Parts: sequence; structure tokens; C-alpha cells
Amino acid sequence: MTLLSGDPSRGRALQILVTLVVIALVFAPFLFPGAKAMNTAAKTCVMILLVASYDVLLGYAGIVSFAHVMFFGVGAYGVGLALYGLGAGWGALFAGLGLAILLSLALALAIGLFSLRVQSIFFAMVTLAVAYAFNVLASQLSAFTGGEDGRSFKVPAVLQPGFRWLDHPLFGVQANGKLLSYYLVVFVVAAAFLVLLRIVNSPFGRVLQAIRENPFRAEALGYRIVFHRTIATCVSALGATLAGGLSALWLRYVGPDTALSFSIQVDVLVMVVVGGMGSLWGAVLGAALFVVAESYLQDGMGALAGLAANAGLPLLPALFDPHRWLLWLGLAFVLAVYFAPLGIVGALTPPEGKGRR
Amino acid sequence: MSVLDVGAALPRHRMEILPALTPVLVAVVAAPFVGSASTFLTLTAAGIAMGMMIFTMASGLTLVFGMMDVLNFGHGAFIALGAYVATLVLLPLASWSATDSILLNLAVLTLAGVAAGLVCGLMGWLFERLIVKPVYGQHLRQILATIGGSIIAEQLIYAVWGPDQIPVSIPAAFQGSFVIGEAAVEKYRLLATLVGLVVFAGEMLVLNRTKIGLLIRAGVENREMVEALGYRIDRLFVAVFMAGSALAGLGGAMMALYRGQVHATIGAEFLVLCFIVIIIGGLGSVGGSFVASILVALIANYAGFLAPKLALVSNILAMVVVLLWRPRGLYPVSGR
Repeated sequence: MTLLSGDPSRGRALQILVTLVVIALVFAPFLFPGAKAMNTAAKTCVMILLVASYDVLLGYAGIVSFAHVMFFGVGAYGVGLALYGLGAGWGALFAGLGLAILLSLALALAIGLFSLRVQSIFFAMVTLAVAYAFNVLASQLSAFTGGEDGRSFKVPAVLQPGFRWLDHPLFGVQANGKLLSYYLVVFVVAAAFLVLLRIVNSPFGRVLQAIRENPFRAEALGYRIVFHRTIATCVSALGATLAGGLSALWLRYVGPDTALSFSIQVDVLVMVVVGGMGSLWGAVLGAALFVVAESYLQDGMGALAGLAANAGLPLLPALFDPHRWLLWLGLAFVLAVYFAPLGIVGALTPPEGKGRR
Repeated sequence: MSVLDVGAALPRHRMEILPALTPVLVAVVAAPFVGSASTFLTLTAAGIAMGMMIFTMASGLTLVFGMMDVLNFGHGAFIALGAYVATLVLLPLASWSATDSILLNLAVLTLAGVAAGLVCGLMGWLFERLIVKPVYGQHLRQILATIGGSIIAEQLIYAVWGPDQIPVSIPAAFQGSFVIGEAAVEKYRLLATLVGLVVFAGEMLVLNRTKIGLLIRAGVENREMVEALGYRIDRLFVAVFMAGSALAGLGGAMMALYRGQVHATIGAEFLVLCFIVIIIGGLGSVGGSFVASILVALIANYAGFLAPKLALVSNILAMVVVLLWRPRGLYPVSGR
């Protein structure tokens, strides 16, 4: 209970779902052998951290930011370029991550102080513009960032797939560096998630929620809105930077498509809203659902498209084309915004009893 | 306190002149750095043309925000849709644009523009009814819903037109450029400038000289009061939304022709520019967004010539500087 900061997921169905996802992720290499499943699991972990940190901003503080993936990119590029330029050592890794964190903090402070003062709606537009400029910058400064091609790099020896730390397989799985990197990702994501959970359940988190519900009243009670919102921006930026670093470490590659593209930002939005805004457990469910859908829904859609094409129906094959899977997720997204503003978590959480907040 | 003088004219709203002069100021400052007069003229003409196209896209967005506090992230989808609808006219009628007859050339352009505007206007109506209306007055859900709408719209565009670029070409009569001294000014840019000016003049006339315009302006200033006086502001808003979407489509069509190719990414790209423009201009102000469009395009052009790397972030820098000077934009609308 103290580990979860007194904020466990509530409702039997929800608890079962969350437990299933957590078990699946922790034992993924043993439960689902194969490279694709392991990649899917690692991506899910990274996304959970990215989405949870975004939820601090969107769900708890009620601020829409479009620069979240920019911070993800800062982390990914920080780790990636440091390992590329300084060689595959732990020193380079931490130096890169440290620099990335400093840059993220500076950017988040600047954006927050600049645009949260005026009107909160400014923030959405300003972050969109800044993120766009950053994206263009990263792909244009090709001498430094590798441009559109990105950079492939080596990770520290212990994390490389060729590294064996046991001579015999462990429960039928190769005990190599890939397994170690996977558990590094899982461990860091779990730790960061618990820290985020601690933060949103602290008095600071309560004030954020108060500001979200009624800024005037919160200000009248003596809380400085700009201060709290800016800190929330920084916290969320830190989470995203860390997620970016992990992502680069896992992929051993960094480029605009995997680290900065605007479509990741849209994905993150979809995950938060479908999973459930204002609950970090929603991030777990949303990310898991999304990544699984991305990896496996397309097969089903391909089958449907084939069926529709055989039946000679117009337009339907194009709508069910596997590349159009985002269309259906977009529909789910809009429906969630209208009918289930609290997403899966909201739908599965039982109404609160007396005496609870 | 003076006694109320019924006969006296209402105090005139004085327009500040300095913000309107900022584009001129930028041009004057940039001129010595550019050096050659012909290059300067070419850059300036190109900047004004680009500014006019951006204004055509952005003016609807600023009014929609001003009236109903709706920040429409789906606006980019209409820009892209307009570009694609224009290809429906331009490609079948390719022979019209290939001929030397300036009348046929103009006809095909007009048809393409009208088609883009009409389709986007109708889609705007649908978008407003389905996506925006259920979440009036709730900023967060509104932003999310319009983003969802834009995802769906973009995917539908891909489903209908496919993911590849579609090449389009400017009709023969508008290719090439006028040469004034040593400066070359593309004909199509002049045409785009003209269209932008007509759109601006039209909007100004409607807003300042008609009853509907009066109601729209009143709605931007104070929606509740207009409603209290018995006007159905939601119907008015639908009309403004449709007009804004139609203009976005027209702007998208113009920009697609200017670039010579159509792709759905044009939507996201210019949505960002539109936001920058309406923030600089002052949210809700058409005149402000007009000035801001020219300002942003001129700065981008000069920066692109003088320091290409800087051009990428010049828009952001321009926005930061303007907001430090006037936190609510060049022409802030009172009441917000």
C-alpha cells in the first residue's frame, strides 16, 4: 500500500486487468518467447512511462501539451548521440541522460513560464509550435543528429545481445544482454511509475487537481497556479525524457521517426484518453491496449479488408486497409471523449462510497 | 461624471497604427542586410504572397476561436481536404490549364477554388455538428475531440486518395514570372496576393458593413449579451465555422498549386503556422491575423535568405518577441 502511495486501482475488474498486464510485462520473455513479442513488451513498458508522465499534465493538471514527445526525443537523442559520439560506456550513457534532463528542464521551464502565464489555451498552441520547430531542427541539423536517417549506436557491452551471463538457458530463454536490457527497462519504468504515483498523491498532486477543477478557487485559497502548473510541466517532461532514454537504449537507434514524430504525440493522446485521464493506472491499460492493437489489430483488419474486397464492396477495403488502423482508433478516441471521459478506468471503477473523496 | 449626452456620437474605437506597421518595419530593417534591391523585391513579393495564403487559411480559425472559444485542431484537415478536392478539378481538366487561353486557365482555377471551398464548407458543417457541438464550453474535451476528428479526417483522406503525393501544375498563363528591372516576381504569387486581398476585403466588408458582421463582432466581444438580446448565436457560429473551413480549403488549394504537389501532411504543417499567426495577431482578430500572416511570412523569407538554419525557428522567435511586447497579440480583442 505504501509502495502504491495509497492509490491502488479500485474495482475488481480493473485490478484483475492491471495485474494481468503487470504479470505479462514482468514475465514477458518467459511467457511469450520470440523477438517480436519481446519488442512489443519493451515498447509497452516505455509507453507506460511516457503516457503516465503525460497524464500528470493532462489528467491531473488539465493542461494540453503537444511538446511531450519533444521531451521524449530529447531523452532519446541525448542517450543516443552520447553513446554514438563518446563510445559505448556507462559514463557516456549517464552523461547523455544527464544533459538531456537538464535540457528538458530548461525547455519545460521556459515554455511553462512563458505560456502558462497568459492563457492556458496558449500552452496547447505554443507547445505545438515549439515541438514542430524542434522536430524540423532535429532532422535538419544532420551533421549532429544524423538527420532523417538518425543514428545507430552501440550500447554498453553488458546490454548487447551477444553478451552471455549464464552458460545455459534460463527457463528456456537465452540469458543474454537483451534479457538484461529488458529488465533494465522494466525496472526503471516501474520505479519511475511509482515515483509519479507518489507525486500525484502528494499534497502537490491534490493542488494540481484543485487547479484543474477550479483555478479561481485554488488561487483564492492561496495556491500559485503558474508555479504549480510549471512544476507539473517539469515533472512530466522529466518522465518523458527518461522514457526517451530507455527507448533509445532498447532500440539501439535514434531517429525522428522513432523519437520525435508528431504521430507519437497523437498516439500518446489516444492512449491517455482511452486508458483514462486522471488515473495513472489508465496509462498502464491504455498503453498496453494500444501497443497490442498496433501490433496485432492490423492483421485482423487485413483479413476484413480481404473479405470486403472479395465481396466487391466499394470503399470498405480502403477503410479496412491495415494501414488505416488509426482511423478506427481515432473513432474510439472521439467516442471515449464523448461518452467515457475517464476512459477504461472510469468505466471499470465502481462509484465511490460515503466517506471517500 | 458628465451628464449622459444622448445626441453625442459614440466614441470611435481608435485603431492603433504601430502593430500594423510591423511588417513594414521588418522589411526596412531587413533591406540593408539583403543588399541587392532586386533580391529584396523578389523576397518581399514572395513573402507577401505566402502571407496572403496563410491568412486565407488562418482567418477562419481566429473567428471561430473568438466567437465560441473553440480551438479547432481539425482545421488542418480542411486545409488538406481543400488541396485534394482541387486535384479533382485540376486533373480531369488538365487540358484547360495546358492551353494558352487565359480565360480557360482562369476558369479552371476558379472552379478548383470554388470546389475546394464548397466541399470544405459542407464538411465543416458536418464536423461542427458531429465533433465540436457536443463539447461546447469545455476546453479540454474540445481540444481532444477536434484532434480525434482530425485523426479521422486525415485517415479518411488517405483511404480515399491514397498515401502518395499527387502532382498538380499551375495553369500555363500563370507560370513564369514578370521581370521588373532585375527582380523576378512569379505571376502565380501575384494572383495569390490578389485572392488574399479579395478575401480580406470581403471579410472586412461583411464584418463591418453588414448586420451579420455586426452580430459576429458582438459575439466575439460578448457572447452572452448577444444571446440575451435574442439572437441564435449557435446558428451564426455554424455559418462562421463553415466559412472558416471553406477558406481553409481555398487556402489549401492555393498552397498545393504553389507547391506543385498535394500531400496530407500539408494540413499539420500549416495548422502550426495558422496557430502562430492567430496568436501573434491576437485571438479573435481578423485584422490582426492579416498583419501577422504577412509579418510571419516576411520574416521567414528574409531569414531563409540571410540565415537558412535560423529560418526554421524564425516563426517561434517572432511569436516570442511579439508576445513579450504585447502579451495578448498585436490586436487584442477586448473581453479576452
